Amino acid sequence: MKKMFLLFFISSMVFTAALFATGAQDGAAGASDKVTITIESWRNDDLAIWEDILIPAFNKHYPDITVVFSPTPPAEYNSSLNAKLEGGTAGDLITARPFDASLILFQQGNLATLNDLDGIDNFSSVAKSAWITDDGSDVFAVPMASVIHGFIYNADIFSELGLTEPETEAEFFDILEKVKADGRYVPLAIGTSDLWDVATMGFQNIGPNYWKGETGRNNLISGKEKYTDDQYVAVWETLAKWAPYMSKGFEAQSYPDSQNLFTLGKAAIYPAGSWEIGVFNEQADFNMGAFPAPVRNKGDELYISDHTDIALGMNSTTENPEACKTFLTWMTTKEFAELYSNALPGFFSLGDFKLTLDDALASEIIGWRQIAKTTIRNSYQILGRGEPNLESELWVNTAKVINGTMTPEEAAKTVQDGLDRWYKP
Amino acid sequence: MIDGINHNPSFNTAGRKVGFFTSDKTRGYSGMSKAPPNSQYKQKQKFRTYILVFLAPACLVYTMFMIYPLLSSLGLSFFTADKAGNESFTGFANFIKLMTDDLWAPRFWGALWNNVKFFIVHSLVQNPVGLLLASLLVNQSLKGRTTFRTILFLPTTLSVVIVGFAWQLILSPLWGVAETGMALFGLEKYFLPWLGLEKYALTTLSLVSVWQFIGIPMMLFYTGLLGIPHELVEAATVDGASGWTVFWRIKFILILPIVGIVSVLTFVGNFNAFDLVYTTQGVLAGPDYSTDLLGNLFYRTFFGHQLQLGNPTMGATVATMMFLIILAFVLLYTYVWQRRVTSYEY
Repeated sequence: MKKMFLLFFISSMVFTAALFATGAQDGAAGASDKVTITIESWRNDDLAIWEDILIPAFNKHYPDITVVFSPTPPAEYNSSLNAKLEGGTAGDLITARPFDASLILFQQGNLATLNDLDGIDNFSSVAKSAWITDDGSDVFAVPMASVIHGFIYNADIFSELGLTEPETEAEFFDILEKVKADGRYVPLAIGTSDLWDVATMGFQNIGPNYWKGETGRNNLISGKEKYTDDQYVAVWETLAKWAPYMSKGFEAQSYPDSQNLFTLGKAAIYPAGSWEIGVFNEQADFNMGAFPAPVRNKGDELYISDHTDIALGMNSTTENPEACKTFLTWMTTKEFAELYSNALPGFFSLGDFKLTLDDALASEIIGWRQIAKTTIRNSYQILGRGEPNLESELWVNTAKVINGTMTPEEAAKTVQDGLDRWYKP
Repeated sequence: MIDGINHNPSFNTAGRKVGFFTSDKTRGYSGMSKAPPNSQYKQKQKFRTYILVFLAPACLVYTMFMIYPLLSSLGLSFFTADKAGNESFTGFANFIKLMTDDLWAPRFWGALWNNVKFFIVHSLVQNPVGLLLASLLVNQSLKGRTTFRTILFLPTTLSVVIVGFAWQLILSPLWGVAETGMALFGLEKYFLPWLGLEKYALTTLSLVSVWQFIGIPMMLFYTGLLGIPHELVEAATVDGASGWTVFWRIKFILILPIVGIVSVLTFVGNFNAFDLVYTTQGVLAGPDYSTDLLGNLFYRTFFGHQLQLGNPTMGATVATMMFLIILAFVLLYTYVWQRRVTSYEY
């Protein structure tokens, strides 16, 4: 028995030693000629685009840098990223959410300063505004893209029922009424189960026409306007009017349900973000068109939400800062902007380049930048900081308004009270 | 059973009411020492060092991965962190905030109350139905017992994510089969988007969870019922007891210790539940937090969501409260129920 044990002991020691030896060799071989950098992202839909288009294009210039795109599901991204950063296991490049989520990462020392990055000046100050310190002194991510809100519609249903794109809200509800009267299609493909879609594609989509885009957003920050003001309550009042045109049982309709409802051709209008274009092109076999959120009265100025959405920053503890900077600099070029905007129609590059987009729907939507004033979501910059979180409050209470369990006035009061708790303009 | 010695049953078989809730004095042997009163055994023995060697790996691993993290998270709940992440000691401030602050208190008490409801549904549906199924399955004359047993146990082996997703689809107002199924019985007008309504969402999810986990109490009761000697049942039948009487006066009383264990398992499972709500209702446990359980509150607090950053110290406070609640129930079980209920050997 003793002998057996000894034998086992020795053999296991030899085995372990052998393992260590091969491991060390691998490490030495890896360090000498190739560098691997990893990108953290919530865009798991984009895995193929990064692996097949973007990374190979980059490797044509820099064959020695291996880039690994390693996404996490969107809902888990922020939490898993924070945990990874805390544990020191996060990737070299970090896809950055706009504004405070990333600003706090920078303040905690997790993101490196990119002020001296070559090519960072290819972006306007508006583009950089979401990834810059409050005083504007430090940029900590390379802006990648914005998303634009509006409505995507099933053009086949529109022509079948003889409908045209609405310009005013009255025309919009008129269309909804006609589709409902026809009875074959769901007028509006959106549900309240996942909460965020009604806040993002509802409230922040039609809202800018009510609060006059940047004017209202800045007035909220400076305290000149409040969510209890008429123009904000009116947004919720309009959203409450959506409910009769939504599918039966919309209370349990999730975001993917809404997407499927539309791409299966069962719904006429989809309150959208431009990020849907890629998925819809792939799945819908009918013609699609898009129109921006209709204005309240004919002749009113048009405002759209053109939300700075995604950027790439550098982990401050990366072991390969040079390789990361090489990659980030490449991302500031027109080559990347064009590849990215075309590979991901609906994610519009923020670089100051004149881009040609192949996708019809995407170029139609990016065209709105010429006819409308743009703004970003009003719950993000500065106001997205405290507790209770304004963005979450908008999710929960907007869903309640549409579900009919809360009046627009109550929603406005709840949201403003939550903001007053911590925010003193 | 408990002391592992093969005694004879201490009750006669004539259907006398057996010792349910007997006092400590009449519990008899179950507290008795294992060793016979033989002085030889009391001789001093050399300490066996190898016992330590064998115990060490388990102790080390358990300490490292269970005891240390638990204590460290308990400790964390007494700290607070500023924006830069520097922690400072705050005593019970986090607990007071969690239970009284007008922002935190509705979430905490709401989640606790939801958890209680979740547990009540399990206690009232899962465990009685599990017992019923088990007593049907021990019936020798039932054909295909093994098949039923396997089918009924199957959902327990599935991932909660799959169960959540499957039920979300079944109950979906857009593509679900629930409405079609109800239409077969002319009940379609009673169909509602249950998972989306504040009034029904929690009960619906509780029942989904019951559907999934019913196999566990069923199996525990089943093994308990199988272990009851035939002579007892036969004797009672000969004495003229009906099936109903035999079940309640003999079988049920003999499996009372299992009823206790099942309750504890249900309680611990329910108060740690998180994944079902997370998969079907998302991080904010909608609609309007109506399905928020303590586990979900913990996750949301600790890891954050969307623009809300995580708050590890408050998260640890929620976790500590969960630990204390579960601990309280388990202690209640150990000191009140387990002491008063008698285990019999046969």
